[in-house]
Amino acid sequence: MSAISAAMAPMIEVSDLRYDSAGRRIFAGLNLAIRRGSITAIMGPSGTGKTTLLRLITGQIRPKSGQLKVDGAEVASLDRRELFRLRRRMGMLFQNSALLTDYSVFDNVAFPVREHTALDERLIRTLVLMKLQAVGLRGAADLMPAQLSGGMSRRVALARAMVLDPDLLLYDEPFSGLDPISMGMVLRLIKVNNDVLGVTSVVVTHDVEEISRIADYCYVVSGGQVIGAGTPAELGQSDSAMVRQFMSGAPDGPVPFHYPAAAYETQLLGGQRS
Amino acid sequence: MNTASFLSRRLIEGVGKLGAVGWFAIGMLAALPYVLRRPALVVQQIHNAGVLSLVIIMTSGFFVGMVIGLQGYDAFSRLRQEDLLGAGAALTLLKELGPVVTALLFAGRAGTALTAEIGLMRATDQLSAMEVMAIDPMGRIAVPRWLGGAISVPLLTAVFNSVGILGAYFVGVRLMGVDNGAFWSQMQEFVEPADVWEGVIKSAVFGLVASLIAVFEGYTAEPTAEGVGLATTRTVVLTSVLVLILDYMITALLL
Ligand SMILES: Nc1ncnc2c1ncn2[C@@H]1O[C@H](COP(=O)(O)OP(=O)(O)OP(=O)(O)O)[C@@H](O)[C@H]1O
Ligand SMILES: [Mg+2]
Repeated sequence: MSAISAAMAPMIEVSDLRYDSAGRRIFAGLNLAIRRGSITAIMGPSGTGKTTLLRLITGQIRPKSGQLKVDGAEVASLDRRELFRLRRRMGMLFQNSALLTDYSVFDNVAFPVREHTALDERLIRTLVLMKLQAVGLRGAADLMPAQLSGGMSRRVALARAMVLDPDLLLYDEPFSGLDPISMGMVLRLIKVNNDVLGVTSVVVTHDVEEISRIADYCYVVSGGQVIGAGTPAELGQSDSAMVRQFMSGAPDGPVPFHYPAAAYETQLLGGQRS
Repeated sequence: MNTASFLSRRLIEGVGKLGAVGWFAIGMLAALPYVLRRPALVVQQIHNAGVLSLVIIMTSGFFVGMVIGLQGYDAFSRLRQEDLLGAGAALTLLKELGPVVTALLFAGRAGTALTAEIGLMRATDQLSAMEVMAIDPMGRIAVPRWLGGAISVPLLTAVFNSVGILGAYFVGVRLMGVDNGAFWSQMQEFVEPADVWEGVIKSAVFGLVASLIAVFEGYTAEPTAEGVGLATTRTVVLTSVLVLILDYMITALLL
């Protein structure tokens, strides 16, 4: 592959991906491509497999079949050393923050730097404090994770995910549990990382309105497949009633809000009688 | 019929479990180089396991020693051989009670704590987060705890034995009036280096096994509150049974 076509090739390429978890079908032929240097939003109802998709991209689990390439490399076929080399260029914000509980905020953010670089402590200190400043938590450097609120943990995890300036940043619900001010800050941070550093960003989120302000492209995933794709504006005008319902957040429509169940009346009345 | 099929199923499960534990140990050996470059991680875990267990080991050791003092005095005085109490107490502690009781106490105190700690890390995605940061949690989390525990058990056994002998001395010499000089000189006379080695070998094996099981159960725990609870129980049960079985096997081999 020539240098030019390599630079044009998508950062992440998923084709006909299938994955089952505990006998349940999660993905049944998923196709998507994430352009280098873009901000791509992945949306979809709860439980549809968005976190699972990020776990597949980072090679924590393997697909049942189909292709999943990150930067041209088939993730499932990498050996452990190659996978670790690839992961050093990724950062991931976990849905539940996943801070290391016996390290302070500072040491959590410093952790990947200490592991992967030979920087001296003075430089590490500067770097970590800069990242903490960016998420507004420089003052919390000495706190332990147990002393943080949910929203604060999230922002520390964000600082940790981006501390090594990765090429690919995966955000699992970066806005959940944030107040409007923090949310605006995180939104700007994702945008700045993207504009200034050219990071490819994948943002899993339910916050359609917020992400629409910064996303270059969106995928709506439901029932194991992509049901809609396009720029935020295009999706808002989509022909598909399902996609329009999702973008506008209407509870009634083709996308079921409820997990499959017996008819409500039958179950309630049945319970009353028996 | 039913009992037989139940038993055979449990047997197969047990063998499968041992296989899984062995496989896990091989995985940890593969991650050993990472830890050899960071010995501080192991020292930290020796400190953790030691601090967790020291008080309970010393208290238990002293009381076990005092019981040996009482029972030994009773038995030896029937033979009019009270002077042998020191030797009898030392042999009992060094060869059997020291390694076994220390391993059981370690499983109950430090082992459960290890299992719960690692299980909770699994449940809160901390291990996955390390994976994604390209840091092997086997090397970073599992191996240092395994080695730290494995090194702690022989050290704790030595503490247990020393305190136990003091306990026997306290009851035998101070309370029951066994001759102080005879107590120590008979101990020197009868305790051979081979007896000490038997205890050292046992405590080394128990340490490796007890700590391995604690780490394995935590690492493979179901990532829920209930799963972590069940895993800590399994740590205690499995370690206790294995330590007693291994104790018999090592004794039979060495005698
Ligand atoms: N460890 C597991 N074992 C079995 N099933 C699982 C497991 N983890 C997730 N699932 C199932 O996989 C499906 C997808 O889960 P996933 O966490 O990827 O959803 P999600 O799209 O991220 O949802 P949310 O928006 O609520 O975070 C869910 O239906 C869940 O029941
Ligand atoms: Mg999720």
